[in-house]
Amino acid sequence: MILNGLSDANGAGQPIFMLQWTYTEFSMENNAIEMTGITKTFPGVVANDNINLSVLDNEVHALLGENGAGKSTLMSILFGSYDPDAGTIRIRGKEVKIKDPNAATALGIGMVHQHFKLVHNYTVTENIVLGDESRTRFGMLDLKTAEKRVAELSEKYGLRVNPRDKIEDISVGMQQRVEILKTLYRNADILILDEPSAVLTPQEIDELMDIIRRLKSEGKTIILITHKLKEIKAVAERCTVLRRGKYIGTVDVRDVSEEQMAEMMVGRAIKFEIDKAAENPGEVLLAISNLSVRNSRGLLGVKKLSLDVRAGEIVGIAGVDGNGQTELIYGITGLSRAETGSITVRGKEISGMTVKERILAGVGHIPEDRHRHGLVLDFSVAENCVLKNYDSPPFSDGLGVLDFTAINSHAAELISQYDIRAGEGPSMKARNMSGGNQQKVIIAREIDLSPDVLVVAQPTRGLDVGAIEYIRKRIVAERDKGRAILLISFELDEIMNLCDRIAIISKGEIAGIFNSGEVDEHQIGFMMAGSKNKTAEKERA
Amino acid sequence: MNNIIGKVPTILMLVSPILITATGGMICERSGVVNIALEGLMVCGAFASAAAHFFLEPVLGNSLSVWVSLLIGSMAGLVFSYVHAFASVSLNADQTVSGTGINLLANGVTIFLSQILFKQDRTKQFILGMMPGPGGIYPTAFIALLVIFVAWFVLYKRPFGLRLRACGENPQAAASVGINVLRIRYAAVLASGFLAGLAGSCLVLTTNTQFNSTTVNGHGFIALAVVSFGRWKPLGIAGASLLFGTALAFSIIASDYTLLRRMPTEIFNIMPYAITLLTLVIFSGKNYAPLSAGKPYEKGAS
Amino acid sequence: MMIQASRKRSLRELLISSDGALSVLVVLLGFLCGTILILVVGRNPVGMYKAILQVLTGYNIDRGRFYVRYIGEWLAQSMPYILCGLSMAFAARTGLFNIGGEGQYVIGLTVAQFFALLGPQIPVLHWMIALVLAMIGGALWGGIVGWLKAKYEVSEVVATIMLNYIALYASRILIMRIPGTNTYKTPDYPVTALLRAPFLEKLTSGSMLNLGIFFVILSVIVYWFIIEKTRLGYGLRATGFNKDAARYGGIPVVKSIVLSMAIAGAFAGLAGGIVSLGSFRFGRVLSGNDGYGFAGIAVALVGNNTALGTLLAGLLFGMLSSAQPLMESNSIPKEISYIIQGLVVVFIAIRGGLRIVMTYSLKKKAAQEAQGK
Repeated sequence: MILNGLSDANGAGQPIFMLQWTYTEFSMENNAIEMTGITKTFPGVVANDNINLSVLDNEVHALLGENGAGKSTLMSILFGSYDPDAGTIRIRGKEVKIKDPNAATALGIGMVHQHFKLVHNYTVTENIVLGDESRTRFGMLDLKTAEKRVAELSEKYGLRVNPRDKIEDISVGMQQRVEILKTLYRNADILILDEPSAVLTPQEIDELMDIIRRLKSEGKTIILITHKLKEIKAVAERCTVLRRGKYIGTVDVRDVSEEQMAEMMVGRAIKFEIDKAAENPGEVLLAISNLSVRNSRGLLGVKKLSLDVRAGEIVGIAGVDGNGQTELIYGITGLSRAETGSITVRGKEISGMTVKERILAGVGHIPEDRHRHGLVLDFSVAENCVLKNYDSPPFSDGLGVLDFTAINSHAAELISQYDIRAGEGPSMKARNMSGGNQQKVIIAREIDLSPDVLVVAQPTRGLDVGAIEYIRKRIVAERDKGRAILLISFELDEIMNLCDRIAIISKGEIAGIFNSGEVDEHQIGFMMAGSKNKTAEKERA
Repeated sequence: MNNIIGKVPTILMLVSPILITATGGMICERSGVVNIALEGLMVCGAFASAAAHFFLEPVLGNSLSVWVSLLIGSMAGLVFSYVHAFASVSLNADQTVSGTGINLLANGVTIFLSQILFKQDRTKQFILGMMPGPGGIYPTAFIALLVIFVAWFVLYKRPFGLRLRACGENPQAAASVGINVLRIRYAAVLASGFLAGLAGSCLVLTTNTQFNSTTVNGHGFIALAVVSFGRWKPLGIAGASLLFGTALAFSIIASDYTLLRRMPTEIFNIMPYAITLLTLVIFSGKNYAPLSAGKPYEKGAS
Repeated sequence: MMIQASRKRSLRELLISSDGALSVLVVLLGFLCGTILILVVGRNPVGMYKAILQVLTGYNIDRGRFYVRYIGEWLAQSMPYILCGLSMAFAARTGLFNIGGEGQYVIGLTVAQFFALLGPQIPVLHWMIALVLAMIGGALWGGIVGWLKAKYEVSEVVATIMLNYIALYASRILIMRIPGTNTYKTPDYPVTALLRAPFLEKLTSGSMLNLGIFFVILSVIVYWFIIEKTRLGYGLRATGFNKDAARYGGIPVVKSIVLSMAIAGAFAGLAGGIVSLGSFRFGRVLSGNDGYGFAGIAVALVGNNTALGTLLAGLLFGMLSSAQPLMESNSIPKEISYIIQGLVVVFIAIRGGLRIVMTYSLKKKAAQEAQGK
């Protein structure tokens, strides 16, 4: 069988990347999975357009594409969550119709979701057996038998868990192992892992790679959905690339470089590095000293944290989700009260101020959850643009009456300045815009307020490469204007690329602060896991 | 001391309907559906059983007629709750609005049917309601105990219960392992309708000889507060029902104490509602609610 | 064939895009079900429609004459529905479900009665101050709920219902303390406390239409202005749509919730004041709820929480209510109006779901057509 892969990215018919590969005499039966001509449309978008995928038995096969390429949809079809509009699926040579997850499970397919599907106050065992519970003679719930089997599986595959722990009490890495055990408990031979490393520290990612190798050695077939090229290089044998719902090609991982895979993924050569002028930091604009903030469960999320950010610099907070980033952001912006400690902006103490007062004092905030905090989705673009200053001139007069002419023209300006695609103009409802454009509205609004201090959280999450590049450029531009920028991100690449200084947060404390270039990924990962660095202590003193 | 023991039957008489309704409310909310319509469903059950008993008592004799009427009242609650189930579960309607609509509807339909059947705004009086059992305690107390026990058993000892509770905490997780969330929620809402109808029937057959517009008088809403105060757990709900039932019983008991007899009866009428409000404030237990209660379930959303 | 298809499509699109169209459909459905119910129990539904016609136009089909009085009664009876609808709608715009209209109404009524009987008998000022105090009373009763919700996360649904019952019983206790009061009525009001206006009564040949109507119209305008045109309205709407984003934007969410419930309570309290001083010559010892607070829920839902919608819906419910005595004389039980109310609320709840279903089926069709090309 000779296959040709052709990528036709710019629509002008010019092939940018061509790859030819041959597999001789692989018969159909060696394919664990064969998806042919899969098409799936949702209202307004073609998620999968005539996609072919073949996965060999006992292979580790990567599915590569950027956000919105269609990988999750394709796998959801394989797992029975969606019905394809067209196309066929063959499992071990036999054509099947997978109408729901139960059917997929019966075929030996298991899915480990990106957003864990776990019940927070159930134990590990209860989560694993849910839906497939072992029963006693009288039909009663039999958790003891289940516990034994969980322990056996855990031993066999090297997935360390405690069957009696409650999900809300265990680490994210352990929760992921519970998700994997769910599939093994149901005798899955084919495991689909959806962006598994998104929530892990570098060490946990290494452990995950080991787990994948172990599963392969036990005979499992693995499909790895990811956009992390390093991981594909680490464990995958072949890689199928999707772009904008279309099948681009399948490559042997050993034969291609990361750059080549990236180009297939995006359709053009992309720069990994950002052009950045050397930093020229000025005075300290944001000074945090001994800050402690409680989280929503009443525990201290941030413990006596101290940090300075100077004008004209970007300080990055690196760390795994759940180590205090959210509490730190809330503490600085006023969404949570500071338990102890002080926060000053240009020397002025703000820790006792309301959110509004801090906005007026020059604290800007690009929130991590654009739908929850950043926008009122049912408001128009124009109304969202004045969310923080609607109550002062020129947008409302002394009596409190709104001036819609001013509001609308302000929005029109921002739309053109920031290249926001709002088809219906300022009156368009935010809900109807794409994720990238919604984020641009938020960024436009925040930057337009000219804050001295800008707190930026996960600015590029879930966006396509074009939007990501634009947003990163804007952040650097603000830094060059002399703002103090605090960047919180779970993407280590983003931190290392954009930031002038990097602080590692672990369990609510700063484990170390370094100038960028002084540390590499593994040192950062080591600190994320909880051991502090002596040099950092000296710096703070 | 004897005096207080003598009040126990009265207290239990009022505790039982609250406990039964609250159990239904707990089951419903644990599956993820908020059921504000418990009040209206109790009204349906009370009306149906009062009307049924009036017609059946001469025919079947008091004992049999009472139990048949209880069943009829429960079925009335079940049938009416189907509307709420359909709106909230199948159509993803706003559960609060749908529940309020049921309450309004129940009030209107029951009085309307009373007009048609009895030519007055209430049912015609039946001769004798439910007869008290040993110690003067009505059988409804035992019914209530049975109900809460069975609920505890199913929720915590049976696979069905494990799945139902999962639907209330994280329906996406339940769906991902092949559980039919919609079917379980339907079952939960219908169960709460059956129980609320049963409770309304118990109420009217033990405290009155007819149904009118003040028979239920907010007990359904008190049951909602009981669920919240009891932290959605069977034991807590039992205790909370005891507390609120006692408060309700006060207005009846008070007439036995000379000191309290002087006070206007309205003070005792206010007490249960004031206590409910106070406990809600002091023990605002929002953190203990099932995580997905009240949120419409959307298939395929992550 | 083609023409039929395109007309059908535009009806579906209209129903999806226009809340007003959907509301009209829901109301019609409610009436349809009511009519069916009347038929089922063996009465003649025409009697209901004859009564409605007479109330709206004053025209009595059977007698072939106009009676202006019925139009006046219709407007008079609409007043508390409109105000209680505004009460519920205002809270709803802030994301709150105010079922406490009944209690806030009772408080307003009680306060107005007190001041009417015990306050200084200065013409005009007497009833005007009574109304203002009624609004303040309602505002306080609503504000408590807002504060409990904002600070203690107490569900406003249960809190308002508890306060409804407390208000009712408290009203009884307090009113009965007024000297000269028996178990159902107080002494007559002094003339200066009444909302009666001779010119209005002449205009509608003896109906109960009173000065309250001007306050109702003013309330509708004030409602619209606050919500749509002021920064207070912006803050409330933002809080209603997305509390988290509002907090993030610096909007004082706790204050907004309290203020919103207070204003909502004021509308309902005003309704209580207008009913007690406009429709009665003496104070009442309430034995049960007047029901306007609960009906207000339906009014706001049908009116989709807008000023104009609430006005029209309030007029609709006022029509149903003032037609009741006429219906009774045509042997239709008056409860039919409560049933239609309840049905309307249930259908409105489903409306959201219906819209989703219709939107999805429309988009699916469009996608299929696009693919065909």
